[in-house]
Amino acid sequence: MFYREAGQFKTSYTADMAIFPLREDRIGLAVIIVCAYALALTGNSFLLQAVMIPFLIFSLAAIGLNLLTGYTGLLSLGTGAFMGVGAYACYKLTTLFPGLNIVLCILASGFFAAAIGVVFGLPSLRIKGFYLAVATLAAQFFLQWCFIRVPWLVNYNVSGAIEAPLRTLFGIPIVGATATPETRYLVVLTMVIGLTWVASNLVHGRVGRAWMAVRDMDIAAELIGIRLLRTKLLAFAVSSYFCGVAGALLVFLWYGGAEYDVFNINQSFFILFMVIIGGLGSLIGSFMGAALIFIMPIVLGMVVPAVLNPFGLGVSAATIEHLRFMIVGALIIFFLIVEPHGLARLWQIGKQKLRVWPFPY
Amino acid sequence: MNMLYSIFVEPFVLMGSAPDLLIQTLWEGLVAGVLYALIALGFVLIFKASGVFNFAQGIMVVFAALTLVGFHEMGVPALLALILTIGVMFVLAVAVERVVLRPLVNQPDAILLMATFGLTYFLIGFGELIFGGSPKQMITRELYLPQGSTDLDLLGGLVRFQHIDIAAAVIASLIIAILAVFFSKTRIGRALRAVADSHKAALSVGISLGQIWVIVWFAAGIVALVAGIMWGARSDVSFALQIVALKALPVLILGGLTSIPGAIVGGLIIGVSEKLGEFYWGSLVGGGIETWLAYIIALLFLLYRPQGLFGDKIIERI
Repeated sequence: MFYREAGQFKTSYTADMAIFPLREDRIGLAVIIVCAYALALTGNSFLLQAVMIPFLIFSLAAIGLNLLTGYTGLLSLGTGAFMGVGAYACYKLTTLFPGLNIVLCILASGFFAAAIGVVFGLPSLRIKGFYLAVATLAAQFFLQWCFIRVPWLVNYNVSGAIEAPLRTLFGIPIVGATATPETRYLVVLTMVIGLTWVASNLVHGRVGRAWMAVRDMDIAAELIGIRLLRTKLLAFAVSSYFCGVAGALLVFLWYGGAEYDVFNINQSFFILFMVIIGGLGSLIGSFMGAALIFIMPIVLGMVVPAVLNPFGLGVSAATIEHLRFMIVGALIIFFLIVEPHGLARLWQIGKQKLRVWPFPY
Repeated sequence: MNMLYSIFVEPFVLMGSAPDLLIQTLWEGLVAGVLYALIALGFVLIFKASGVFNFAQGIMVVFAALTLVGFHEMGVPALLALILTIGVMFVLAVAVERVVLRPLVNQPDAILLMATFGLTYFLIGFGELIFGGSPKQMITRELYLPQGSTDLDLLGGLVRFQHIDIAAAVIASLIIAILAVFFSKTRIGRALRAVADSHKAALSVGISLGQIWVIVWFAAGIVALVAGIMWGARSDVSFALQIVALKALPVLILGGLTSIPGAIVGGLIIGVSEKLGEFYWGSLVGGGIETWLAYIIALLFLLYRPQGLFGDKIIERI
């Protein structure tokens, strides 16, 4: 790095346990956050609406799954459904209590997702690994079926879809058709930063250590006095909370409306890709994975025609879509071969290299 | 009370009063179960030999069927197309071993699972690019598969047996028998079982892991082809089959991930209970419960027997 830790002395335990012990790291993070807020001022609504908002929302979902899969070692394929629970719960809350602040609604909807997550997390006590992954598929299919078959969830709407009504914060519309991308972006950014801060404190504290002990070997964790039932269910609850909030944000601040099909199994896989490509057990990895998996297809969609067209290979939109699938698949395999521990590990290696630069070690 | 009656009494009364309907439902469940078992078999083969939970098995089924139909559409005679498709599955097996498995040897299970996700995406894109995304008709007649149906007079009603379903059951049983003989009697089969027991020990007695993996993936590819032909003959060949293939997962965990008999018994149980559940109880909650019933059954079952019906007992040590 262009800076080293030399000369920064820690004189208290609090300083030693800080998440960012280096002054430069703190400054860097502050600069990134300020830049992220400043992005809203540029007024590039394509960038905000089509790239940044979904990127942040998927990062939040990836953090949620990472808490479960990366930190606690419980493989889950039900993320999409838990996101759906959040979205539908938020819809019910905001239509039942129109006066309630929408931000509170979104945050509260996570608790419903958490409750459902705990129910489907119960089998994790007996089964693990692939068996658990298939068990969470039960959640995926069952909940998706509920979204279709329980008309109460969509207020007996004929279309069977939920739609974000107009809601304001301090008199400015943030949800609904009239909300500008800038205000939506600011709301999403603030909530994602806040929740990431919560997650980061969780994983650095006692709870996070218990999760990691369970991940590394649950029997051993039990022997040193960690209560497995509580720890695993807490992981399911917190993870589903994050996913639920992400799902509510997805519908209310990005799509503006959704059908049950938004939360299908592909959504679950999509989030899992982000977590594994980004790096299991790393919060920054969740952001990197979301960036790569979400932004890569967008970039490919622009690059592939640009590369092929000069050769006179005018290709149809369908062909580009198929090529995109192939390239995404190939890139996933490529990344796994190059660095199975994900982008977060690459980032660490790069940082260490820069830290000792110009010497090899 | 009314609710309890309609759950616990009415369906059984219906079963008793119309046994022909019951037999028809059971038969359909059995056939679906055989086909689930065929797909699950592909998973088990690969999982036993390489420890990879091959998520791409579902798309391999679609891909194999698409290739077969695609070749035939290009004007290749049906039987030659079948042989060519088998060739394609072999090339695929070699490619997977070279490009995916070999560089990732000794990585954690989750990483290998992810790699098969990548393979799934690649095959979806590749298949659609070459053969197009629209559903296709399976070339049933050209492959000399029987069509039509027989109505049997059973227990006071007509029960309809589709010939293709009977053929599916027969062919699936044949394949399972062939695999069983192959695994227990041949040299390669024994090598496969050795690899399944322990990679390191197998390597130390001179079994080539790479070779075994190619064989296993090839075998899984052929099983996928058969499953694809059978499913394709029942509906049509499209990427929607992939969701059906996901049904193989509850079958797998019900039967135990490492057991071939488990895959078969699990498939039959899931197929039958799914059809019975949908037919007799589905209307109580609005229908469509087929999409998740299999998973819930498997889930409840796992709570009592975490390793599945025939799976190896899970022993954990610190």
